[in-house]
Parts: sequence; structure tokens; C-alpha cells
Amino acid sequence: MSRRAKMINKIKELMNKPDYIRNIGIVAHIDHGKTTLSDNLLAGAGMISAELAGEQLFLDFDEQEQARGITIDAANVSMVHPYNGKEYLINLIDTPGHVDFGGDVTRAMRAVDGAVVVVCAVEGVMPQTETVLRQALKEHVKPVLFINKVDRLINELKLKPEELQERFIKIISQVNKLIKSMAPKEFKEKWQVKVEDGSVAFGSAYYNWAINVPIMQETGITFKDIYQYCKEDRQKELAQKVPLHKVLLGMVVKHLPSPSESQAYRVPIIWQGDLESEEGQSMLKTDPQGPLAVMITDVRIDKHAGEVATGRIFGGTIKKGDEIFLVGSHATSRVQQVGVYMGPERINTDLVPAGNIVAITGAKNVVAGETICDPERKIEAFESLEHISEPVVTVAVEAKNTKDLPKLIEVLRQIAKEDPTVKVEINEETGEHLVSGMGELHLEIIAYRINEKGVEIETSEPIVVYRETVMDNAGPVEGKSPNKHNRFYITIEPLEESVFKAIQEGMIKEGRIKGKEMANKFIKAGLSKEEARRVWDVYERNLFINMTRGIQYLDEIKELILDGFETAIDDGPLAKEKVMGVKVKLMDAKIHEDAVHRGPAQVLPAVRRAIYAAMMMAEPKILEPIQKVFINVPQEYMGNATREIQNRRGQILDMSQEGDMVTVEAKVPVAEMFGFAGDIRSATEGRCLWSTENAGFEKLPDELQKTIIREIRTRKGLSPEPYGADHYLS
Amino acid sequence: MLYIIGLGLYDENDISIKGMKTLKECDRIFAEFYTAKLKDQSLSTIKEKTGKDIQIIGRKEIEEEMKPLKYAKREDVALLVPGDPLAATTHSTLILEAQRKNIKTRIIHSSSIFSAAPGLAGLQIYKFGKTTTIPFPEENYFPHSPYLTIKNNLKYDAHTLILLDIKAEENKYMNANQGLKYLLKVEEERKENIISLDSLAVVLARVGSSNPLIRADRIKKLIVEDFGGPLHCLIIPSKLHFLEAEYLIEIGRAPPEILEGRI
Repeated sequence: MSRRAKMINKIKELMNKPDYIRNIGIVAHIDHGKTTLSDNLLAGAGMISAELAGEQLFLDFDEQEQARGITIDAANVSMVHPYNGKEYLINLIDTPGHVDFGGDVTRAMRAVDGAVVVVCAVEGVMPQTETVLRQALKEHVKPVLFINKVDRLINELKLKPEELQERFIKIISQVNKLIKSMAPKEFKEKWQVKVEDGSVAFGSAYYNWAINVPIMQETGITFKDIYQYCKEDRQKELAQKVPLHKVLLGMVVKHLPSPSESQAYRVPIIWQGDLESEEGQSMLKTDPQGPLAVMITDVRIDKHAGEVATGRIFGGTIKKGDEIFLVGSHATSRVQQVGVYMGPERINTDLVPAGNIVAITGAKNVVAGETICDPERKIEAFESLEHISEPVVTVAVEAKNTKDLPKLIEVLRQIAKEDPTVKVEINEETGEHLVSGMGELHLEIIAYRINEKGVEIETSEPIVVYRETVMDNAGPVEGKSPNKHNRFYITIEPLEESVFKAIQEGMIKEGRIKGKEMANKFIKAGLSKEEARRVWDVYERNLFINMTRGIQYLDEIKELILDGFETAIDDGPLAKEKVMGVKVKLMDAKIHEDAVHRGPAQVLPAVRRAIYAAMMMAEPKILEPIQKVFINVPQEYMGNATREIQNRRGQILDMSQEGDMVTVEAKVPVAEMFGFAGDIRSATEGRCLWSTENAGFEKLPDELQKTIIREIRTRKGLSPEPYGADHYLS
Repeated sequence: MLYIIGLGLYDENDISIKGMKTLKECDRIFAEFYTAKLKDQSLSTIKEKTGKDIQIIGRKEIEEEMKPLKYAKREDVALLVPGDPLAATTHSTLILEAQRKNIKTRIIHSSSIFSAAPGLAGLQIYKFGKTTTIPFPEENYFPHSPYLTIKNNLKYDAHTLILLDIKAEENKYMNANQGLKYLLKVEEERKENIISLDSLAVVLARVGSSNPLIRADRIKKLIVEDFGGPLHCLIIPSKLHFLEAEYLIEIGRAPPEILEGRI
């Protein structure tokens, strides 16, 4: 039997023993060495040759990823690791570190139970370390810490052993502080990482070695020895004595939970169904015999196999040929194949039981975030996946050759399906489609992927995505229906900051409100009791509240009123950008007696006009997206670097110095960030490391409001000036 | 001056002589057909007879732009409206606006479905409750109110006249069968036992023409019948006076047991 066949057999065997499974992710700030680490783990587990690892970037299997040396998509592998005489199945999801691809990280965290947090010893804890850690902890994913690139501290920064220790202590206490502040209450203390118990490891992913306290005790190797090995250029020897995969995977097996352990506390968080029910109990116990419960975290279109969905099985067993029910879209579908991962390969099996990460082939219409169950045993949907980031940049995409027009539409739909952080607006009339993403780089990658799928395209210059909001209150304003027989009285005010935040952070879910259970959440977020019970809709971080009582027929047109509200929010009155942070209240309504005189053609425009008029009277303003920019630069170039920030309407928030290196934290409008990569490189002669993080929207400075509104309106083919309130009141 | 002139129920001959005379004296004539329909060609006959051009305008031009008022200050303008102009439609806003702009208005009435339908069905107009219209269902809009209107009318032993939606721009006219199915669908959702396959209903088609259709029966019978071209309307009768019952049996071919009060 070949080694490969043996490996497959082992994977298939261990799949059935949830206590011997670890589903893990590796998370880190960009360039802290996550992908090199994953590759060396794979090599150690015998999945790729040892020489290639460290160079090959096995997980970066997209050509584009290898060319740029960064990981774009989360990829999945499974491997087998022996520990204390037993064998364990480790399902690993690699996640991208670049903030532009944050959506992938969020989704991957749903599938795993534990995370290896990689921190570069040279750079220390960076902003995205915090972001990815937050995403992990929010999903109740337990962390362990790997401090990487230790060799560089010794050989490049020439730190003394005491300084080395100090550096480690600093990183560990920073990570623990983050865990303490962001972990769920019951785990704040329990999940602290500690040198003594081996939940912290040190090493070099590139040179393929690592160490932690239990291994030191086992091998007798001390910190001092490590120091010597590095100094004397004997890291190869070290890699044989304390191989990376052995230490890291040992740490994973010992400190990260098995699915059976973690599902007991994760299921109540990610699933709102009845825990006492059969399906609830089966998930809490990771029971392969129970009703099927799968959460899809990723969907890709494979050239040969078609749609491949990756998901976590929380309960039951999925079999090839099964008929399945898609809870979100109320559709049934059939599974053609099921399998597990081994590098970019999928190994098909007859079935995959609870606790595993599964690849499902051929199930039509599945999207990321979907809940899958047995059509005969329907279950509640899993909590939706929260994306912390939202698109801030748009490009217009056009096919170079007209013959590609239909194909381009198909490819764009595929891309939107594969990556939920991409928003695609298809315009079949003009053939000019809009693609929005998390940043300039994200869009470049998308353009590349479209080309890869065989459609040559031309893209416009990137365009910033703005928002509209109000600064003041206005109303009640009367909105009339076209037939003048229906009237809606509406007031507008800025949404309470605390409520806005609660929606942003996912404490309050978006969507039309059904039932009364939400009222308490609104009160907790700071809404008055009176309003909390009357919220009808949460849409794009705006509220619609019905303050009326006992109006006949209002119920019958409720959905139409909300359609009117939502379409007004989608295209604000200033420049047809999305509205956010607004509280819309219906104060009164006069409705025609007969159903044909109060249909959609009457109600939608009436509500929309009232909202527009009220907004125009409530000091409307444009908001622009902001990015935090972190720059790590030698002191001599600091002036040049900060000048780049200041030239871009940027604001320096913080500056700290360590040795010769200065870290600058700044915030800069996204509109000014185009071309930053090239400019900062030349300004610092390539001597700087930098990263960005989307930081929400802020008011565009008053002196720019008019110009930008005019610019957006002209681009969209609207009259250059927005209409005043009167326009909507006639 | 703005004249709002009723075209009556069916074809070019339903306009009153007064209406016709006024038309000949007007400087400008508009017509709308989004609230009801006349027999094809009717308008061109009126054009021929008056020797004037008639401009058909849509809902938006009347409701939002109030186009006839733009000319009525200086000219004599006529707006032709099917039926009795202020009955089923919503043109009262036009008159209000004219009053506010100091434009004189005059209404020239004509026959209306509100009186023609009950009369043709032999039902006493005193015994009718609120009228309702069944709309074409749209996304997020499937109102139950037509059903609820019937329910409330029945409570007071009142008959219900049901008009059926038209979408003139799309040349869509709801027929009686679709209207009955709509009511059954609401019953299925509400389960209040108001409408069933055994309920008695009256179908009227092409009211105002020389051979209008009058048909009364259980819904299960009616729903499979073909009532011919538009327009259709429905009546859900309440308790019947014996003369009403005899009329429905002899003219509308209703089952004889309704005379015994089994409706």
C-alpha cells in the first residue's frame, strides 16, 4: 500500500472518533509566517516533501497567491499526527492575513474549534493580530500562541538572551491582555496562554523548528541551547531535534479542544434552536447518529467538479447521494460526493460524520452561511456569519470582447458566491457591472480571478463607496402617494450611537422584526422602551419604527412600507449612496379604503418621498470610509513616512519606538489611499512594513461635501445638485 | 374650464348627449383608460363624430403632473373617463386642485358599474355594503382586505360588489375566475369560513353591452366556466329577498334551492 493510500485510510478511520479530532485554524497578522508554518506542518505529517516546505507555500495554491507571496483564500487540509502513542486527525484551515480578505477569516472560524495565533517575534502583536484574535474569540474558538521568527531576533537584531526573554514576555502578556478583554466571560482566565503549561511555543517556521516547555523538559534543550544553535547557524540540527510539526501539533492536541469537547459550549452560541430537542442534544454531543446539521463556511467553483461547498458537520452524518435541505433558501438539493481535504486535493469518501470538516460536491445553490439538514428532519438555521468588514471600494468592470458579455455575468455571479465580502451589481443593459470589495488590493485580485476564468476585462479606476446620514432631527414630514389618497407622516433622527454599535457588532441582527423577543435587545442597546417594542426593521444600520396605533389596513401594507424604507436607504437623497445611522419613525398614516388604491405603486413612492424630504431637512451629510494605517519604519525614514500620511488628509494617532524602528498608527480616508503602496515604498526606499485595516465611516469634511456630492452625482448621470425637501413634498 | 365627462360603461354610445355636445365645444380633449376599459375602437368613433383629436394620458400624467389643469386655465379642456367619472376612480384630487387654482370644473355624469351591476343581478341596491377591489397580487402584497370586506358586509346581511383589478398598460384584466381563486386563497390562509367552493356568487361580464352576462351559482361551478372577454365583476350575495332569489334563478341560472334560503 502506498504511503498516500495509508494516509487516506488513517484519515478515514479517525474521522469516526471525535475525541481524536482537532479542527484548527492558523491566524496571524500579514507576513507573520502563517503559510510557511502550515506548509511545514504538512511536510512534517508526510504530506509534502520536507525539502520543498518553507519554499513551496503549498497552501497558497492559487497562482496569484504564490506570485504575491500572500494567502488570499482559506484553504483546507487534513493530516494525521501521533501523540502519546495515539493518532489524531488534524483538520487545518489556513486563513488569509491580509485585512482586505477579512471575510474569509470570519467564515473559517465557524468551522474550527481552536486556533494557533502566530506572532512574529520581530514585529510583535500587530493590529490584525488583534482583529483575527477577536474573530476567533467571538466564535468561542480557543487560542494557543506560536511566537515565530525567533532566529531573526538572535541573528539580525542581535538581541542578548535577557532581551530575548523580555521580548517574549511582552508578546505573551499583550496576547493575554487581548484574550482577557475579548474572550467570553467563562474563558477569560481559562484561555490565558502560559509558557509553563506549553500553550505557548517559540520557533522558526522557516527553519522548521519550535520549542515549548514540555518539549524542553522532554529533550533537555534549554533557551540557552537554542540561542547557540541559531548563532552558530545550526538550525538544521535543531529542526531534527525539535521539529516544528511535532511541537506545534503536540501543542494543538494537548491544548485545543476536540469537537466533542467544544461543541458542548459552542452550539448554544452559534445555534438558536431548542437545545433540549433531539437535534440540539445530538449537536451538543457531536453524535454521528443524530439528525444532520451542517454549516457551510465556504463555496468554490471547481473547474471539474462544479460547486464545492466546505462546511462543518455539527450533528449526524452526511453521505454521498443524500438528499439535503437548505434551510436558508428553503430548497432541497442532492449531494453528489462527500470528502475530506488533503492539500488542494479532495479525497472522496462514502460518508463524513459529525465533528469533521466536509467537502460537499455537486449540491446546487449552496452559499456560504447556509445551514444544511435532512429534508425529513428540518432544523433551525445556524447564526449567520458576521462580517466585520464591508466593501469600501468599487470598480466598474466591462468585457473587452462583446462576445464575452454573457460569460462575464456568469463569472461575476460565481465570484460573488465564492466570496461574500464581494458585492456585485450586474447591469445587463449597459454591460457595465460594478464590483465592490474591501480595498484596492482585493479588487485587483478579483480582476485577476475574472481573467483566470477566461474572460478578458477592462476595469475603471477604483471608486470610493460613500454613505449618507443626518446630523439633526426633522419632521413629521408628510409623504403623499402618487394618487394623493394615501399619506405617511415620518420623522428622522440620527440613530443612537450605542444602537448603531450594537448592530455593527452583531448584537442586534439586521432584518425585519418578527415577534417581540427583540425588544429587550433594543432596550439594552439604549433605545427607549416605547420605541424598542415598535421597531419594524433593521436595515443597513438604520431603524424603522412604527409609532402609530390602531390604524386600519396598516398591517396589510406593512411590507410595502418597509420596501419603501429599504429602497430609500439603498439610494440616499444626496447622491444615491447608501444611508446609515438613521432612525426613521412612522408617526401617522392615512390610507385609502380600497386595496387597489394603496398598492405598491402608491405606498413605496409615498414612504420614500417622506424619508427623502425629512432627510433633506435634517442636515444630511456624506460619510467617507476610513482606514487605519500601520507603518513600521526605520527612524531615519519616519519623516518621509509621516509626510505620506499628512499629504493624504491623514491623521497620526500614535507613534512608538523600539530600537531603531518606529511604529506609526494613523487614519487616512480610503479615497486618499489609492497608490499608497508605491508612494510609501519610494518614500522609504522600500524600508517599511505597512498594513491597513478598515475603520468604518466618518463625516467627510464640510469643505469637501459639495464637491464630492457633485462628483458622485455627475458620475451616476444625475443632475449635479441634490433636490431640496420641497421636491419630495409636492 | 375643466369638464370631466363620463364615457359610461361599454362603448362610444354610452357617453351622454350632453357630454358629446360639450366635447365638440372643447379646445383640448384628454382621455384616461387606466381605471376601466371601453370596447376597442370606441375612442376613434368619438374622434370621428366630434372631429377632434383626443390624447390618451396615463396615471402618472393625471395623478402626479395633473396635465389637464395645465391647459384648463386658458382653454376649455375635457377629460374623458370611463364609467361615471367620480365613482370608482380617484379623480376628486383633480377637482380639489382645480378649485385651489381657481379653475372652474363641471362634471358630466354617465352610467356606472356601481348601479348597473346590482341592477343587472336583480339585487336591491339598498342592501349593498362596502365595495371592494381585488388587486393583482404583487411581491409583498397579497391583501386580505377584499375578503375582510365581504366578512364585515355579511355580518350586516349586506351584499358585496367586488371590482376586479385592471392593468391597462399591460393589457391585463382580471377575470371572474381569477377573482374567485384569490378569495379562496385568502380563505385558505385565514380559515374563517367566509368563502368556500359551495358559496353562492354572481358573475357579471361586459355590463353595459347589448348582451351582458349574468350568472349565479356555487363557486365550484363558476370557477371552471368561461365568461368571455372583459370587463368582469363579482357579487357575493348575503341573505336574499325572495324576489332577488327568483331573479338569480331565472335570469342567472342559479340552483333553485337558494329560494329556500340556502345560499
